[in-house]
Amino acid sequence: MKKLLMTAAAAALALAATAMNASAADKLKVGFIYLGPVGDLGWTYMHEVARQALVKELGDKIETTYLENVNEGPDSERSIVQLARTGHQLIFTTSFGYMDPTVKVAKQFPKVKFEHATGYKRAENLGTYSGRFYEGRYIQGVIAAKMSKTGTLGYIGSFPIPEVISGINATMLGAQSVNPNIKVKIIWVNTWFDPGKEADAAKALADQGADVLMQHTDSPAAMQVAQQRGIYAFGQDSDMIKFGPKSQLTAIVNNWGPYYIKQTKAVLAGTWKSEDTWDGLKEKMVVMAPYTNMPDDVKALAQKTEAGIIDGSIVPFKCPVLGQDGKPIECKGGTHLDAGQILGMNFYVKGVDEKFPSK
Amino acid sequence: MLIVEAIILSVIAASTPLLLAAAGELVVERSGVLNLGVEGMMIMGAACGFAGAYLSGSTFVGALCGIAAGVALAFVFAVLTLGLAVNQVAAGLALTILGTGLSGLIGAGFVGQKIVPAPHLYIPWLSDIPVAGKILFAQDGFVYFSVLLVVGIWWFLYRTRGGLILRAVGDSHTSAHALGYPVLKIRLLAVLFGGGCAGLAGAFLPLAYTPFFIPGMTAGRGWIALALVVFSSWLPGRLVAGAYLFGAVTILQLHAQALGLGIPSQLMTALPYLATVIVLVIISRARGSAGSVAPASLGTVFVPDR
Repeated sequence: MKKLLMTAAAAALALAATAMNASAADKLKVGFIYLGPVGDLGWTYMHEVARQALVKELGDKIETTYLENVNEGPDSERSIVQLARTGHQLIFTTSFGYMDPTVKVAKQFPKVKFEHATGYKRAENLGTYSGRFYEGRYIQGVIAAKMSKTGTLGYIGSFPIPEVISGINATMLGAQSVNPNIKVKIIWVNTWFDPGKEADAAKALADQGADVLMQHTDSPAAMQVAQQRGIYAFGQDSDMIKFGPKSQLTAIVNNWGPYYIKQTKAVLAGTWKSEDTWDGLKEKMVVMAPYTNMPDDVKALAQKTEAGIIDGSIVPFKCPVLGQDGKPIECKGGTHLDAGQILGMNFYVKGVDEKFPSK
Repeated sequence: MLIVEAIILSVIAASTPLLLAAAGELVVERSGVLNLGVEGMMIMGAACGFAGAYLSGSTFVGALCGIAAGVALAFVFAVLTLGLAVNQVAAGLALTILGTGLSGLIGAGFVGQKIVPAPHLYIPWLSDIPVAGKILFAQDGFVYFSVLLVVGIWWFLYRTRGGLILRAVGDSHTSAHALGYPVLKIRLLAVLFGGGCAGLAGAFLPLAYTPFFIPGMTAGRGWIALALVVFSSWLPGRLVAGAYLFGAVTILQLHAQALGLGIPSQLMTALPYLATVIVLVIISRARGSAGSVAPASLGTVFVPDR
């Protein structure tokens, strides 16, 4: 029933979008498909911030449209087609679950350029882009291990998919570089967005002795719990310092704006090519929020780690990476794990005591 | 704080919005109306409740705004289904879509704002009893009200003439009409009452549970409340059991995960639903045919003869 509703809502939104954009034929029309509401303060919000940056930069040459609350999976196809049909020449589909529908629509509209976030399927007119969020997670691990008194970190996971797993592993590798005996408690909430449940999970972790919380879900609920309990936490997707002025250590901020501006300029100049972009701290697609609520030596260490990742002297998944059983994982990238191993990560590193999900 | 105490406090917080919304819907359905718009009324209650509390600085005003928003949306539903005799299922679904959109619009200016969470009301010396004191006598107003609400509903339905009439309307609107009872008026009041409860349940989320507003923050709780009404077989006592069981299993599975028991998290996430359905079905079976069944006129349109 909920799915049906979402479909109806998406269809209604799509209709509204067409009505709004009937004019201005000479400007380049750029479309965006969003997973959540633009006000989620998380994933979708940061794409919206980037869209606004794009408008600010190229507003006189382009016109943008966005559709929010578009359900992942086959339902999204309608919305993407809608944008393609209404003259949008560049369309950003901003969630992993839009992958197959985007591929399908890209085939139907060979002249339209598509950009799909966090996916791996490409075509002549379909490029992909994502951020190396695990780099930020590694820094958070270093900070967390320094700040934790109980030696136990709390991790709220959304779904056990490779991106989230690689985040947990990067955090642990960073934390182990400070404290080899660090422990992590993981709770999977099996949703990206449910503030109440995220808060409950945060409370459960705090009740069981975790004193630094990290999350891979989208709302600031966990940050707020940390603030109430007087423990520490990291923001997710956006700077959440407002919700935890005494708790936020830093946050991984998704910074899509420069990429959107670059790709749109390429389309305007006729130089756009289908590419696979996977940028991190160095290219500023992943940005760390200010380091707050920590002593100066921890702050210095965090900054040093960040600088090290940027200049390449610190590599989060540097071989040997040990699996849960203590045996080294095959090292396909020479000195570090290769992109495929990180993007498809299906193991926990040594030091995570939980059982690996679905294996 | 003892861990048991912490768990029980979390369980109460997780169960309260479900109980509030489901209690209201139970009365609505007892009058023979099926309002599937609980989720929409809840999210409206959340948006308006937060707006009210933010602007006035008072949780109480916020709660009243939440109730008012739920009642207002329920009134739209009543006009459609009672006044114009529109299909109740379609109108209820439309109400959810409307509420979701409208709440996003109303709440847009309040996203990212903060308020002081609802105060916990301490009762002198009773609150100081170890463990039980904190659990029973130091909750916020919503929790006390939810308990009073269900007791009140039980008393109304089974101990008053008004409740008897309401149940009669839900079981056979034609008979009730023939006896001279104002079927549509009774149903209107029930629908508005249900809307108020759903609005209050929604307001609980940004006012007490997670003190901020984000569009879509009800995250399906309205649908769970609807299901609880059915599985409680329209009995207030079982509704309390169902809501608290659901809340308890939700919280316990999170703690079980943090302990690292190695049970697949997907199964754990499904557990509250499974446990609640199974237990309530077993209770219904155990009571045999004496158990209550759906109000006979539930979901059917009533157009009085002229």
